[in-house]
Amino acid sequence: MSFPWAQEYKPQGTVSKWVDERLPLPRLVYNAVGAGYPVPRNLNYFWNFGVLAGVALVIQIVTGIVLAMHYYASVDGAFNSVEHIMRDVNAGWFLRYAHMNGASFFFIVVYIHIFRGLFYGSYKAPREMIWLLGVTIFLLMMATAFMGYVLPWGQMSFWGAQVITGFFSAIPLVGEPLRQLLLGGFAPDQAALNRFFSLHYLMPFVIAGVIILHVWALHIPGSSNPTGVSVKGEQDTVPFHPYYTAKDGFGLGIFLIFFVAVTFFAPNMLGHPDNYIPANPLSTPAHIVPEWYFLPFYAILKAFTVDFGIPFTGIIIIEAKLMGVLAMFGSILLLFFLPWLDTSPVRSGHYRPLFRKFFWYGLIPSLVVLTYCGGKPPYTQWVVLSQIAAAYYFAHFLIILPIVSRIERPLALPNSITEAVTGKPLPAAA
Amino acid sequence: MSTVKKTNGTGKKPAKAASKVKPAAPVVSAAQDTTVGEGVRRRDFIHIATVSFAGVGAAAVAMPLVSQMSASADVLAQASVEFDIAAIEPGQAIKTSWRKQPVFIRNLTPAEIEAANKVDVGSLRDPQTLADRTKPGKENWLITLGVCTHLGCVPLGAASGEVKGEFGGYFCPCHGSHYDTAARIRKGPAPLNLNVPEYAFLSDTVVKIG
Repeated sequence: MSFPWAQEYKPQGTVSKWVDERLPLPRLVYNAVGAGYPVPRNLNYFWNFGVLAGVALVIQIVTGIVLAMHYYASVDGAFNSVEHIMRDVNAGWFLRYAHMNGASFFFIVVYIHIFRGLFYGSYKAPREMIWLLGVTIFLLMMATAFMGYVLPWGQMSFWGAQVITGFFSAIPLVGEPLRQLLLGGFAPDQAALNRFFSLHYLMPFVIAGVIILHVWALHIPGSSNPTGVSVKGEQDTVPFHPYYTAKDGFGLGIFLIFFVAVTFFAPNMLGHPDNYIPANPLSTPAHIVPEWYFLPFYAILKAFTVDFGIPFTGIIIIEAKLMGVLAMFGSILLLFFLPWLDTSPVRSGHYRPLFRKFFWYGLIPSLVVLTYCGGKPPYTQWVVLSQIAAAYYFAHFLIILPIVSRIERPLALPNSITEAVTGKPLPAAA
Repeated sequence: MSTVKKTNGTGKKPAKAASKVKPAAPVVSAAQDTTVGEGVRRRDFIHIATVSFAGVGAAAVAMPLVSQMSASADVLAQASVEFDIAAIEPGQAIKTSWRKQPVFIRNLTPAEIEAANKVDVGSLRDPQTLADRTKPGKENWLITLGVCTHLGCVPLGAASGEVKGEFGGYFCPCHGSHYDTAARIRKGPAPLNLNVPEYAFLSDTVVKIG
């Protein structure tokens, strides 16, 4: 693992030596995030976001465990217990707002982390496994966030649960029985709420487990870097500690400033007022939308409005409902194939003029449009915009990337990281 | 700065750090630079300042995480309750509840008051007179928590027909503590008399506990 010049852990005291021979946990930490992990010397601040995502998960687990000490998973008591937390529990308002906004900030840093990977080609060989595990973490996060949003049992919670579990009813033949199995009934009720609470408590620990695999897989080839050029020698790296512990610590400080600013001064900015109305199974809010981090996928779902069939025969092959659901899941699942869709050997977008144009002027705008349209009511203009943006999104990964990889003429790569940093060619001896 | 001690546990300092430090006037050579060798270094101060700042932040975050476990506002709001005691005849007691704990309100008979006053206070484990444990002029009203001071069981003796113990007061069945007619510990493992909560008579028949 790692590079031959990595510093070796040398326990100093008698106790450290005793521990190291029996359970080399300090050695593991030293080699993972200590001086024993050589990291490219040229990482920019986009490389902070993996650590920030880890911190966001810890914030969610810590605040979540204490919230669970006061929450009742009952259709009669859930809403009131959340209000009890807000009004009566000591510092309960802080803990709940931190948990609520912590979810949003977790998604913010994870999205930046994903876009970092997309731009700098971090998904390419030899880092495909890191990418696959990362997409898995993202899917687990989405499931966890959805189930957490159901727990307060407000109007958005209830109707979110109704709509999301409705996805499964789109599956031919087994759809409706499957939905009843997932809900434990015909509509979201006590059984569904209880199991969502159970799973919402479980999943973060599953995520933590996959993160361990993600970081383990990262330590095999070592971190990528903004040039995309592989590490060639000791002069290309610096020890993770103190160089990147300091850099990550600084980034963490900035992140926490934004996080507490929103938590203290605009805690409901990213939420929906309708979720402060207790769940009413007999009345859907006029305009239901998911949390902001699901909006692009929600827009893709809503973009499919006509059944797909053989023209003029009336034969329907795939209903619009199923197509929307398939497209929505497909938009994430296709990321699993990204390492094999983008065949260019050049990793970093800095050296890929054509890729870079499609990334900044195609992919990013299409996702901005999808996010915006996802939050709008399903009127024609928004649906058409969503359809265009969704079409681009799929085309970007399935058509444009494979073609660009073949026809693009990349810029000249620096010979090494050190050369890119210092602007000087390496001395011959190195 | 002079109070900042040199930290030794931070391991090797990269040599290139030396060039980043602005030398203080008068200019010193690299060999005399404060980033290497003995004495207080600029970097020591930065380390200690950083760790202190993070430590204070962590402590500030720990406070709400711990304080959320203490009684919430709605629990504290149950802190006082009022009872009508008009229906309790001499020799009777009722069990009621205050802060989710049992409370015994007992109307002592003259014989029970006399029995309590006859005891030599100096011989008791937790020396208190009946007068210490009741309100002046209301010596017949003995109001105590129904929580054994040993390990928290509810003693018997308040409801009619329950065992009152060897001293005619209360008897805790868990570990055999006997309380007398003033609910003072007389025999058994309990260390203290049954606790008398803070209370006041709002009228002759209404008492406010807490």
